[in-house]
Amino acid sequence: MKKITAYSRITDSLVILNGKPCEITFSCEPGPGRLAEIYRFLESGYPKFFKMDNLSKAGFLASEMVLRSLHYDMESPDESTAVVFANRSSSLDNDKRFQETISREDYFPSPAVFVYTLPNIVTGEVAIRNKILGETSFFILESFDAEKMMIFVDWAFASAGTRRVLCGWTEYLDGHSDLLVMMVEKESDKGFDFNKQNINNIYRT
Amino acid sequence: MIKPLAYNIVSSLGFSAQDNYAAVRRGQSGIVPWLDPAGTPIALSHLDREKLQDAFEKQCKPSQKYTEPEQAMLLSASLAVAEAGINPASVRTGFVLSSTKGNIELLGIPDHGLGTERIHLWHTAGLLAAHFNNPNLPLTVTNACISGAAAQIAALKMLENGLYDHVVVTGVDMASDFIVAGFQSFKSLDPERCRPFDARRKGLNIGEAAATIVFGKADGKGISLTRGNVRNDANHISGPSRTGEGLFRALSRTLEDLPRDEIAFICAHGTATSFNDQMEAIAFTRAGLQHTPVFSLKAHFGHTMGAAGVLESIISMKALEDGIILPSLGYEEPGIEGGLNISTATVHTNKRYIIKTLSGFGGCNAALLYQTHS
Repeated sequence: MKKITAYSRITDSLVILNGKPCEITFSCEPGPGRLAEIYRFLESGYPKFFKMDNLSKAGFLASEMVLRSLHYDMESPDESTAVVFANRSSSLDNDKRFQETISREDYFPSPAVFVYTLPNIVTGEVAIRNKILGETSFFILESFDAEKMMIFVDWAFASAGTRRVLCGWTEYLDGHSDLLVMMVEKESDKGFDFNKQNINNIYRT
Repeated sequence: MIKPLAYNIVSSLGFSAQDNYAAVRRGQSGIVPWLDPAGTPIALSHLDREKLQDAFEKQCKPSQKYTEPEQAMLLSASLAVAEAGINPASVRTGFVLSSTKGNIELLGIPDHGLGTERIHLWHTAGLLAAHFNNPNLPLTVTNACISGAAAQIAALKMLENGLYDHVVVTGVDMASDFIVAGFQSFKSLDPERCRPFDARRKGLNIGEAAATIVFGKADGKGISLTRGNVRNDANHISGPSRTGEGLFRALSRTLEDLPRDEIAFICAHGTATSFNDQMEAIAFTRAGLQHTPVFSLKAHFGHTMGAAGVLESIISMKALEDGIILPSLGYEEPGIEGGLNISTATVHTNKRYIIKTLSGFGGCNAALLYQTHS
């Protein structure tokens, strides 16, 4: 039975790690300012964070919480971990920013903004941070779907050598965050069952 | 075995897989001079909008307005589904959309009047399934330039796991101002037809296309999709790994212990950017494929983004059916350190395996293995 060994949840009002709300006192409104506050709370010491678009920042933070709580070895390159995320709005939050740079009146497209106009960049950012050489995938669904999440994780495990999958829902649009990131182990005596009911329960907290 | 039952390509070189393959065999390129949104000359594989709309209306008899990417997607899927002879409305048929930017052009048209949901990829996939009255929730794969390979791997898993009996994989992307401006800002466009693996390669061309493969379970003769894997470089979000790490690993997992001399050819990503082509050479060499014939189809079609993995796999499968290794259009002078066996002429082969590879932003790399059965 596959197990969830750690999970994080980030919404506009909540930051939860393994069921416990983090004690962050926000001074910013929901949105980019709050993501920066979570970053400082986590003391990640990863200045590249500030180059990322909001979706990557949010996905990075949710992943960081899970992986650090598991003491994941981010120094050793490892192919046995996969990163599989899904969301509703793709990279639309950043796409709007890039669109502003190519208006007829003020045409100055920025490569630093363009590179984040793909949602799977967040999986790349997490892979780089943690030296993850396994599969990285990104899917789009109209809304959060625990059953689909379980199918995606099964597919990742079907790829030879994959032992754990960092998976989840990484949605960010117009200042609103909705993320659930879970570490799923193929075999573990820790954690709780990776099933539809448990996934929905932690998503709804 | 998981086999393609039918396929289609809608591109500047034609609206059927056969026409596109025949054009490739003639050495034809769909790439023409074009202008970027700032008026700077570029080269592009452009899909003629009038021809597209005519063919779309004739084939799909639409009762509502569709955007250009939607027209290309529906035309391609509809032609392939008709050829496969499957029931697309069956609960046992699944749809997978592969696209990087779908309807992104709508962002630049605030008064498009098509509703706020139209920009979303899940909505585009919904239109695909709805066109065929299919009851299942369609899946969208968006994994940068490897999307078309990731979508085929998803289809393979869906069929192997018995989720469906048939899966329709359609890839589509168009050269919106958004995408052209973006690649131009990266200085990665060649203003002339691209030259994959050549010493004078200067960058890529963007291509517009839709392509579809209908997969099903079948035994006996023909080609099967055997395996596919995706691996990450964990190196850089927009630059390829210097060691070809992710592609090497995707290839190793996919080839396993298959003797390398049984592989007829590699249809590489071969975008014709300096770094991509060099990275591929390193990865192929590390995977023991330095002597395997390699070609790129980018000088025929440009980089068709979300459609690339599907389109280029179809051309590769048709070449395998014919027992042919295609020449790599645009290649003249060796331009890769360490060297590769770049194919320069149409050569016959009796080998039964072929590889398709793709690499993309976000550090992702994919390798697919197809084999022919007699």
